[in-house]
Amino acid sequence: MIQALAFYMFAFMTIASAILVISSRNPVHSVLFLILAFFNAAGLFVLLGAEFLAMILVVVYVGAVAVLFMFVVMMLDINFVEMRQGFLQYLPIGGLVGLILASELLTLAGSWIISPDASRVGAAPIPDGVTNTHALGQVLYTDYLYLFEAAGMILLVAMIGAIVLTHRRRTGVRKQVIADQLARHPADTIELRKVDSGRGI
Amino acid sequence: MFEIGLSHYLSVAGILFAIGIFGIFINRKNVIVIMMSIELMLLAVNINLVAFSTHLNDLVGQVFAIFVLTVAAAEAAVGLAILVVYFRNRGSIAVEDINMMKG
Repeated sequence: MIQALAFYMFAFMTIASAILVISSRNPVHSVLFLILAFFNAAGLFVLLGAEFLAMILVVVYVGAVAVLFMFVVMMLDINFVEMRQGFLQYLPIGGLVGLILASELLTLAGSWIISPDASRVGAAPIPDGVTNTHALGQVLYTDYLYLFEAAGMILLVAMIGAIVLTHRRRTGVRKQVIADQLARHPADTIELRKVDSGRGI
Repeated sequence: MFEIGLSHYLSVAGILFAIGIFGIFINRKNVIVIMMSIELMLLAVNINLVAFSTHLNDLVGQVFAIFVLTVAAAEAAVGLAILVVYFRNRGSIAVEDINMMKG
């Protein structure tokens, strides 16, 4: 009963905030509703017994991705009123496609029958007596080690790519270049002259 | 009604995915909201994966959800970086202006 109530609350909040993400006028509000949607989806994950993924969702999405979106929305000086043009133009076709897709997916979800044997042929059955994080670690670092390493590689490539794309070398900025300072030699910069007394150079 | 099963979670994920598609259609000019819609669709996929993982008693679904999360984070980072560079060059982020590479 409590679980059902919690499910309906989280599900309703997720869907409502998702609708507000795509329909709010101000993109800053969109990002905030995106954060709310992720929080409620994390609640759904907790109800499903996937605590580790719920925490990862909060840390990665709310802590990193949503803040990244917020930075970009606030940094770029964009006329958002102009952006809204065409909203009503695409509303009918978008609504039609969305409704068809939603009704198809709901029909599929309602009529889905899983073979009773399916839970016995799984590749990695959920073990009893250990926490979700422990069980996930036992699978992730043994059977899926190479995929895990590949995921790290993807993140590294994304990080370097983002830095290379956005980094710019600005001219006219006086910065300390330590290599140049260390490469200086006294012979290049100091000149000793014999100055006669009573006369200048 | 009070027995929450697999189909309930699949319905939530399906509605969320359809909202993501709908968001891409109606926000044709705003790349930032389009990227947020893509994040919503990836979230729906993750809900599906975790729901099946729990109900079929198989942990691999959750492992795969972690990988989906990784790719989503990388996609957001690179996409927003491209957006910043584009804005720096053109002074706008309107999607219909991005046809420079048509040849």
